[in-house]
Amino acid sequence: MIRYILRRLAFFFGALIVASILIFTMIRVAGGNVAAVVLGKDASAEAIEALVVEYGLDRPLPVQYFDWIGGMLRGDLGQSFRTGESVAGLVVSRLPVSVPLALSGLLLAMLIALPLGIYAARNIGKPSGAAVALFSQIGIAVPVFWAGVLMSLLFGVKLGWLPTGGWIPWSVDPVAAIRSLVLPVVSLSVVLAAILSRYVRTAVLDVMNQDYVRTARAVGMTRTEALIQVGLRNAALPIVTVLGLQVAELIGGTVIIETVFSLPGLARMILANVAAREVIVVQSTVMLIIVFVMVLNLIVDLAYGFLDPRIRTAS
Amino acid sequence: MSEQAIDVRDLVVRAGGLRAVRGVSFAIPPGGRMGLVGESGSGKTLTALSLMGLLPAGLGATGRILHDGADLLTLSDRRFSNRRGRTLSMIFQDPLSALNPVQRVGEQIASVIRRHTGAGRQAAMAQVVDLAAQMKLPRPEEIVRAYPHQLSGGQQQRLMIAMALSCYPQLIIADEPTTALDVTVQREVLRLLSAAVDERGSALLMITHDLPVVAAMCETVAVMYGGTIVEIGPVAEVFRDPRHPYTRGLLDSQPDIDRIAPDGSSRLESIPGMVPPLHALPKGCAFRPRCAFATELCERMPPLEGGARKAACWHPVSGPRGAAP
Repeated sequence: MIRYILRRLAFFFGALIVASILIFTMIRVAGGNVAAVVLGKDASAEAIEALVVEYGLDRPLPVQYFDWIGGMLRGDLGQSFRTGESVAGLVVSRLPVSVPLALSGLLLAMLIALPLGIYAARNIGKPSGAAVALFSQIGIAVPVFWAGVLMSLLFGVKLGWLPTGGWIPWSVDPVAAIRSLVLPVVSLSVVLAAILSRYVRTAVLDVMNQDYVRTARAVGMTRTEALIQVGLRNAALPIVTVLGLQVAELIGGTVIIETVFSLPGLARMILANVAAREVIVVQSTVMLIIVFVMVLNLIVDLAYGFLDPRIRTAS
Repeated sequence: MSEQAIDVRDLVVRAGGLRAVRGVSFAIPPGGRMGLVGESGSGKTLTALSLMGLLPAGLGATGRILHDGADLLTLSDRRFSNRRGRTLSMIFQDPLSALNPVQRVGEQIASVIRRHTGAGRQAAMAQVVDLAAQMKLPRPEEIVRAYPHQLSGGQQQRLMIAMALSCYPQLIIADEPTTALDVTVQREVLRLLSAAVDERGSALLMITHDLPVVAAMCETVAVMYGGTIVEIGPVAEVFRDPRHPYTRGLLDSQPDIDRIAPDGSSRLESIPGMVPPLHALPKGCAFRPRCAFATELCERMPPLEGGARKAACWHPVSGPRGAAP
């Protein structure tokens, strides 16, 4: 197990380094002359030159890269060209919106997808199973933004139960904050659940056809007992893998949902800063998100080793 | 009802509109041992799974299966489950895939004992260690703590046998229990199986295509072809003097080490033709297209007739094997 963990950790750090180089290069290549954009069309060449020097943009790229990474490691994410605000401060101010949105979206998706997928697998070939499969298929075909717009129209505009958008901070009114998150979370999770439930269905179907489930039946378990006591533990392996992959999906969905429901979250902050060519803000925030996704994937990998003795005990 | 360990009457297994098992009847007395032989697709595994009530989805069995005072085919899944592993149980072909990969083998066996006997966790585990020792596994206390993938095929199958026998069932069904094992450990596993079955007084239904194994372990043998039993009777009689041309062909296909010529000139006999697929079974005797003795009469299904030994053939062969038919 220790060797397995060490190997996963080595991959984790290796991938982080590669990702940081990629982000840095892409943003610097695509970013154009940052100082000229920031200062606008009428800026004099001297002013641009001064800004370039001030932010160290005239130094060789590797130097800038290590300067950036060194800062990240010390917790200094840099600051905005325009306002001088620290990136860390910007990010932290957006977390109360984005973190609850993403985490409860994922959690709700799992709560929907697990029973649904298991139900579909157990009722394969029956109308009820086909109905669930159809729901998943529709859910996969529906883009997140459309689900969001529909939800907002139905529950926000037509029924008037929940706000159609906007945000009231937790500190002002926690109940209102939760109310403004309900529709975004549901829209996000319905789409995620549709995809996830298909993987759950496949995993459960596959496991239920395995010889060891037949053995469990042959020693006295009913179909349901065999599913719960033997099947699910084995089906958890592929499901956990897919969950890890869906985290990336989740981040993408969050960007869209924050926009549809005008939530002042992290994703919208990044979009705004991309438009404003805030190179450092974008670079550091994207890197943070990548670290977040990769940490979740690392947890998945470690959970995999915990769930599967064949991985844990392999030397 | 029936005094037999298992009494199967006119078992039919349907797959869609096709009959994969077409009216099979046999009985095994308490403590008796029967071999069920035949080629792949002859219906022997489906017969066994019917007895366990574990046919794959989409297949259904009809007929009667009398066991322990009940007709198994009439039981609800819950009541049938309560018997599986307790009054009848089954050993499968490939022990690695038959054991749960994410649970320690000892816990898997202990859960069977706890389920059927109500024993506590520790008492059950102590029994498991005893069982492992009976199965001649080295360091039983350690081996029961292993996961299946950490054990050899022979060790896995011994534990599988221990699990199937843990509750002293009246009937054990062993479906090619050594096919997936190395030749060198097959004999030892069979010997242990035999001893453990003996000790418990269980009846044994041994499914195999290995005729010498049947000869060594069983009292009676049933030969299946095309979903029916074509010949059944005491092993010694059937093997020495087969009546059905298919049985004879099967026996002649066995390599006989004593008869192999040292110059390599001897060749294996084989039955010409192939097993017909289910949807193309011929009318009457299923073996007819491959049989050297077939006549028009064979277009009608021959009944399984005789005394202690029966053969379903209009033109039974006789005379000791080895002579040309």
